[in-house]
Amino acid sequence: MSADVPAGHDAQAPAHGSLKGYLTGFGLSVVLTAIPFWLVMSGVLASSQATALAIMALAVVQIVVHMVFFLHMDAKSEGGWTVMAMIFTVVLVVIALSGSLWVMYHLTSNMAPMSVQDMRQMP
Amino acid sequence: MSEMILTAPQAEAPTFYLADEHDHAEGGSTMLGFWIYLMSDCLIFAILFATYGVLGGNYAAGPSPKDLFELPVVAVNTSMLLLSSITYGFAMLTMEQGKVAQTQFWLAVTGLFGLAFIGIELSEFAHMIGEGATPQRSGFLSAFFTLVGTHGVHVTCGLIWLVTLMVQVGRYGLIAANKRRLMCLSLFWHFLDVIWIGVFTFVYLLGMV
Repeated sequence: MSADVPAGHDAQAPAHGSLKGYLTGFGLSVVLTAIPFWLVMSGVLASSQATALAIMALAVVQIVVHMVFFLHMDAKSEGGWTVMAMIFTVVLVVIALSGSLWVMYHLTSNMAPMSVQDMRQMP
Repeated sequence: MSEMILTAPQAEAPTFYLADEHDHAEGGSTMLGFWIYLMSDCLIFAILFATYGVLGGNYAAGPSPKDLFELPVVAVNTSMLLLSSITYGFAMLTMEQGKVAQTQFWLAVTGLFGLAFIGIELSEFAHMIGEGATPQRSGFLSAFFTLVGTHGVHVTCGLIWLVTLMVQVGRYGLIAANKRRLMCLSLFWHFLDVIWIGVFTFVYLLGMV
């Protein structure tokens, strides 16, 4: 938009996607939902830590799939402001989640109930 | 330097805003505003997830996720929400083509899937409460009911909104205002599906690992 021609903000809304886009997103979502349920219900992976990591990774991928195919996120809509708002939100979410878990985990491990024996040996 | 500022003619003073008035079409900023609302809603859920992450292991010698959750039920529930997402997508596509009857049909199908989701969730809650696993039982259950319940309340509000819009479309047709409202609900509905991905992964599946 050039500065010297005051163009109006048109009400034209962002794209709605296509049938192909919706079906692609749906297909990917079904697969990305079925795999974690299968992993947990059948217990194929011997280590529970590996299962946990796998399902969390699949959840992140599925969230991105939903963002792209269902919420039609792209860097251009609303002049990039939707993406800016989302990045800001993601930063806050990461701070809130990781901060809470980090602080509370250390609080629990450092304030675990101790025996009288332990207390006598405290500095 | 200072001399330049003193001698600069008034007319050449730079303006950092658009001097000319320009049109703002009705509803032109609605989608961005609604998106920002969704992001703030996202923060509410982030805090509830953090609360669940902190309290989720405090069973107070009560039931744990493995005693309570039934993954087949959660899988059915998840598929209900996923199916409602794609049918809402079909409603948006038919809305684009201006087909009122088909849009109404797909909105109704979406509403039925949403209703099924809420019904299954409520029966799961009733079953848990019947077994004595009430929100008062332990920190884990308080956090669980708050997080999953807040999502359920959102879906319920979405259903009320959906019925309202079906009445609006039935009465006034697919006018610009109704299209805009349907697009806001589309964002809301798909957003709730994104939140549910977090719920079934971090609450149900991780609880059963």
